Amino acid sequence: MRSSIYTKNSLIENVIKYKELIIIMIPSILYLLINNYLPMAGVFIAFKDVNYSKGIFASKWVGLENFRYLFATKDALIITRNTVGYNFLFIILDIVIPVALALMLNEIRQRILPKIYQTTMLFPYFISMVIVSYLVFALLSHDKGMINRVILPIFNVEPIPWYNESKYWPFILTGVYIWKTAGYNTIIYLAALSGIDKQYYEAIAIDGGGKRKQILYVSLPFLRPVIIILSLLAIGRIFRSDFGLFFQVPLQSGSLFPVTNVIDTYVYRSLIKTNDLGMASAAGFYQAIVGFVLVLATNTIIRKIDKDSALF
Amino acid sequence: MKKGSLNQISVGANFGINVIFIFLSLCCLIPFLLVLSVSLSSENAVIREGYRLIPTKFSLAAYRLLMRDISQIGRSYGVTIIVTIVGTLGSLMLTALYAYPLYRKDFPFRRFFSMFLFITMLFNGGLVPFYILYTQYLRLKDSILALIIPYLLNPFYAIVMRTFFSTTIPESLIESAKIDGAKEIYILRKIVFPLSLPVFATIGLFTTLVYWNDWFLSLIFISKSSNITIQYYMYKIIMNLQFLLSNPSISGTMAKAEIPGETARMAMAIIGIGPIVLAYPFFQRYFIKGLTIGAIKG
Repeated sequence: MRSSIYTKNSLIENVIKYKELIIIMIPSILYLLINNYLPMAGVFIAFKDVNYSKGIFASKWVGLENFRYLFATKDALIITRNTVGYNFLFIILDIVIPVALALMLNEIRQRILPKIYQTTMLFPYFISMVIVSYLVFALLSHDKGMINRVILPIFNVEPIPWYNESKYWPFILTGVYIWKTAGYNTIIYLAALSGIDKQYYEAIAIDGGGKRKQILYVSLPFLRPVIIILSLLAIGRIFRSDFGLFFQVPLQSGSLFPVTNVIDTYVYRSLIKTNDLGMASAAGFYQAIVGFVLVLATNTIIRKIDKDSALF
Repeated sequence: MKKGSLNQISVGANFGINVIFIFLSLCCLIPFLLVLSVSLSSENAVIREGYRLIPTKFSLAAYRLLMRDISQIGRSYGVTIIVTIVGTLGSLMLTALYAYPLYRKDFPFRRFFSMFLFITMLFNGGLVPFYILYTQYLRLKDSILALIIPYLLNPFYAIVMRTFFSTTIPESLIESAKIDGAKEIYILRKIVFPLSLPVFATIGLFTTLVYWNDWFLSLIFISKSSNITIQYYMYKIIMNLQFLLSNPSISGTMAKAEIPGETARMAMAIIGIGPIVLAYPFFQRYFIKGLTIGAIKG
């Protein structure tokens, strides 16, 4: 902006000169201030004993008391373990499965078939988690579900009360997550693959290299930046989970909470169900701060690896 | 050797890969077919044999039963449609009006407002302050506005849109319009919008899906059944059922009267998915294209 200094454009002159653009932006600016910035400032209520009748501002400051309560429960450990554990697993599977699918899809000889597979596998992505919970219920319902009534009898296995047995749910939730998102992620990797010049593959083929060498020396190196960026972004969000997946799909069955309760569902239940504002805001603050630190950290790493891909 | 076949996989490998994908595609479809089949079965057959992929006894009774409950379904559908239309249009408007000045290289406050947007992506106050803001200060509890406002401006879409502007609209075009004395609003309407229809279609589609599939805002903000969305109504139905299943003592007296039967419940799910299934063949192409627009970062 050296030229603007040279022409002595002061702030006010700039505002006047670009007033039209600023006026255009005003609704969105107000929106961001109210919808995004006010709640950010609102995290301080984690240090208060909020009493609606007195109002937020007049409520008493209680220091770290809410946090002391939160971390004294064993819930704090469970929800942290579940949130980070599931997300970590999802990050790995989000690389391995879609990349493998994209590599295979890219090799299919026919033109039309890959399009059909893509379209079919993308469909679950558009379905709300409520509907997913119906689909899972149709499969897992204790007395009528297809698994218990049709599939298990084939193997002479007794019906399993799925919604009461927590040991199966890490697998079920992971399966549902992959089912819902693999098609979407595959398309992203497929788009990256389609940008690779065929000559690279042919060069290796002429040197006598098979498909394995082509994947190892051409496809994967090309996908590497996409893989790194997507996973680092996901690591930055590792403290946030897909609320719908953990809230809707297990149908809030209490006996499953040890493996289905994550920070987001915990905050929701403390806030709306048990009306424990202290716990809810403390857990929310914990999530926001750790999340913020992780985003900053991953961005620093991204900037070291690939400056153009960094967020800021 | 033919030129084209130089680098193709063998017929056997091709067959193997196709088998894998046919299996995966079936995995994606079967749960939907199962629900559809149950919704088209007779209630007695379902109670006797459980949920089956092919109806043993075909019946439309479930859908007839739902027609009796049409006032709530219709109401919730109406709420969803209004929320989706108003939300999507409003969201496109706010997003474009924020993205356009950010695209203008000569706009001196460009960096400031980019940061202003970025910060909202980095830091998030979480559910509690958000909830208190909407219920205690904006006083929107039970209001249909609480189903619209929270999703109006997604910073990520604003960045995608700005990127689209800078890759497709040459600045010289804007400059020459300005030299001719055009106002910004005029430039937006006559130059920027007509050239940006692809990105509007894509972001509009994403936003439509967000509003259409939303149950979360109804869950936290709405307690009156007159203002809930169809997705939330479906959530209530399945939760009522789960509640009865886990409390057998109540279910004996209440079950028949209060909850729809097995088949009607699945018919409800079909009514909920319906519009998406019907629209899917048309919008999936735009969606796939949109993913590539989003991938370009500027």
